[in-house]
Amino acid sequence: MDLSRPGRRAFSLPRLDVPPVELPGELARRTPPVLPEVAEREIVSHYTRLSQRNYGVDTGVYPLGSCSMKYNPKVAEVAAALPGFRRLHPLQPDHTVQGALELLWRLERALCEITGMERATLQPPAGACGELTGLLLMRAHHTRQGNPRRRVAIPDSAHGTNPASVRLAGYEALHIPSDARGLVDVSALEKLLDQDVAGLMLTNPNTLGLFEEEIEKIAAAVHGVGGLVYYDGANLNAILGRCRPGDMGFDIVHINTHKTFATPHGGGGPGAGPVAVTKELARYLPRPLVERNEDGTFRLEAGGPDSIGRMHGFFGNFGILVRAYVYVLLHGRDGLKEVAERSVLNANYLAELIKGAFPLAMPGRPMHEFVATAKPLKDDTGIRALDVAKRMIDLGYHPSTVYFPLIVEEAMMVEPTETETKETLDGLGRAFLQAAEEARRDPELLHAAPVTTPVRRLDEARAARQLKLRW
Amino acid sequence: MRFAPHTDEDVGRMLEAIGLRSLDDLFDQIPPSVRLDRPLDLPDGASEMEVLADLEALAGRNRSADDLVCFAGAGAYDHYVPAVVWALAGRSEFATSYTPYQPELSQGVLQALFEYQSMICELTRLEVANASLYDGATALAEAVNVARSALGRERVLVSGGVDPRYVETLRTFGRGAGYEPEVFPIPLGRGGEPPVGPDVAAVIVQHPNAYGVLEPARELFEIAHQAGARAIHVFDPLSLGVLAPPGELGADLAVAEGQGLGNHLSFGGPYLGVIAARMEDVRRLPGRIVGETVDVDGMVGYVLTLQAREQHIRREKATSNICTNQTLMAIAATVYLAWLGPQGLVELGRQCAAKAAYAAERLTEIPGVELLFPGAPFFKEFALRLPRPASTVRDALVDRGFLAGVPLPDADGHALLVAVTERRSRAEIESFAEAMREVLA
Ligand SMILES: Cc1ncc(COP(=O)(O)O)c(C=O)c1O
Repeated sequence: MDLSRPGRRAFSLPRLDVPPVELPGELARRTPPVLPEVAEREIVSHYTRLSQRNYGVDTGVYPLGSCSMKYNPKVAEVAAALPGFRRLHPLQPDHTVQGALELLWRLERALCEITGMERATLQPPAGACGELTGLLLMRAHHTRQGNPRRRVAIPDSAHGTNPASVRLAGYEALHIPSDARGLVDVSALEKLLDQDVAGLMLTNPNTLGLFEEEIEKIAAAVHGVGGLVYYDGANLNAILGRCRPGDMGFDIVHINTHKTFATPHGGGGPGAGPVAVTKELARYLPRPLVERNEDGTFRLEAGGPDSIGRMHGFFGNFGILVRAYVYVLLHGRDGLKEVAERSVLNANYLAELIKGAFPLAMPGRPMHEFVATAKPLKDDTGIRALDVAKRMIDLGYHPSTVYFPLIVEEAMMVEPTETETKETLDGLGRAFLQAAEEARRDPELLHAAPVTTPVRRLDEARAARQLKLRW
Repeated sequence: MRFAPHTDEDVGRMLEAIGLRSLDDLFDQIPPSVRLDRPLDLPDGASEMEVLADLEALAGRNRSADDLVCFAGAGAYDHYVPAVVWALAGRSEFATSYTPYQPELSQGVLQALFEYQSMICELTRLEVANASLYDGATALAEAVNVARSALGRERVLVSGGVDPRYVETLRTFGRGAGYEPEVFPIPLGRGGEPPVGPDVAAVIVQHPNAYGVLEPARELFEIAHQAGARAIHVFDPLSLGVLAPPGELGADLAVAEGQGLGNHLSFGGPYLGVIAARMEDVRRLPGRIVGETVDVDGMVGYVLTLQAREQHIRREKATSNICTNQTLMAIAATVYLAWLGPQGLVELGRQCAAKAAYAAERLTEIPGVELLFPGAPFFKEFALRLPRPASTVRDALVDRGFLAGVPLPDADGHALLVAVTERRSRAEIESFAEAMREVLA
């Protein structure tokens, strides 16, 4: 806005070649909005400069736990930008969008194979919307059985979207404690389950990066009271091609394409959160779905009296789904399995490098990510996980997730992903150890960090107190 | 093609460091009974060249708005996307970053979102906007949640002029939230009588509505206020150079599909959910909000703020479950609006209105073709009544190189919704009318 000068402009439009019209006076705008008046050249340098004040996967390793910030293949961008995809209107007749429908159909088939499910909706634009979709499917299923039920069980290590989605679906959250190993406390779960419980939401590996080894027992317990089991797919990366939610007893699965399938997260979004379900639940899926005709052509099928309806204005984040499909094709069956292997290898290797300073929060062997704790460091030096994170920035790295999951004190949730080299992990590990060492030797370095960034630590309390949310 | 960079030697040394013998050992925790004992039933991985060829073949089987002249709208519009928009929004420092949890490393995204929020406030003349929602339909569902929680009232009234896909989305979200949207009819293509009462939380009006028609929005919002309900305006951002903004019409909450703001048609997504409100609802808003603050040295900077509303802090008491949103689309919208500026927005609005009026005039000269709501004012979109079923006419026009519009269920399936953006030239409009005449002859 500071760059704005009255009369400057960037836009160019063709000369109006039809007669002008007047809109009804009482509905007309009297004063134009105060938007910046700038030349195109200034726009370019302003946003280029802003982009330079931003860290992305392309900048370097981004070990944000629970986010699977792996390398985003460039060819997926090229594919999504093909005019045959990018310039399609969503309400064209089916015969003019056969390629797009086939792509959606093939992606649905691939996701069902990867998760061990029967059908999937590609509508939800992100994981949280997928959760709500899945819970509404649960509600539809129980309603059909005669009673929607009242509660949905969630472990205390769950991501915040899980309880929030439960509430939006009209359920109450039933909190399940974790045991000393950081896994679902199965006997506590069994005691809490009754006919009022519509289902259980679970991430596996869970948000501590640990595989729920008793998953079959858990699923059986929930099924025993007539409940359904929901798989939060945020951590699907760890098990690709090794095991499938469907084979573990899950009934509903959401997938975060912006995690597992490397679609770029855009500084906060877009993503895509397809939801795959068992055969029994397919009837409730949102519409339209893509169906294959006998002659091999495809159509959008709007019908379905049992469908819960619609979770998006059109078909979801199509451009993101194109990228996810490219990712599946590039990797194929062996490649996806290798993704899981290398992501678990990288996480375990990094955990090993830093465990002297930052021990694992739980004893079990982690999978694609691990949760370490800065609690011992804090007890010794007063330096918190947050300070370590800020120092990591000065050492040239994006920090890990901190303070999640909530059940671990001074949690540092680290997910290096499979696309980082051993050398990168060695460097990252050294930086963690250096920060811990400095905490003892020169804690001021950590308190003051970061000092290498365009701005230093920001006053968040002031931001919330003296609200300034626009120019 | 794979992206994991490990050499065999790396794998060996890393396993050794962990104290394991093989990669399989890493998966010991998985009970054998749930392990997949076969390869996934997917093709083998392929090279970049092969995959791109496959995708090009799929894309080639679609007829895009590059080869069909696009008169389709109904919530997604063929507005021009200037080159500068994605040259900037597509920069990979933006595109490949996560939600700005570490503000010191994310000032670029944060400042762009602050600018976006500011521009949306300016466009709508409302007081606060968030950093984006998924799309127009889900933004409406979120606005309804704001209204219901603000007032503690149950009922949700929806004008018959609201996009049917939005109504269906509301109906779906309402199954969980515990309401059933009540659609009130608009007999003449506009207006209608919202059946307000003391239990009504929200009156929703789309203006211009799903038939393209301009609504008596001021009066409808006044009826909502008389009943103590929140007035929700579903608006078209690109109409706001020429049409009075939601805030001046009396809307309390305004939501929109922001696709037209620099985002591609892309078969329906990723699009941009816009929401704006008055300050009294700021703590009930869903999703991320960026605020300005200072750092320890007093330098101005930006952070995610009012996070106590959000799922990661408030869990089941959060105002919404949204986490990932459509930030990149909001950045594109910001660049686009900076490019247009105030004069460009006005000029673009004038061009849409003039070209739509010209197209309506040419098309209704065809025998048997008339406006579905004669005399009703419209902006860039209008509904026609055709002498033949609209879907047949539309399909026939595809063969002549036009995406004629979107068939509506009205008039026994003889209604066609036609949208005309600034991209359409007089020559295109005239040849479209000519082709329609031939098809109907
Ligand atoms: C475990 C878990 N569940 C759910 C989500 C929500 O997914 P999304 O951000 O795609 O809505 C996340 C995202 O961070 C997550 O980590």
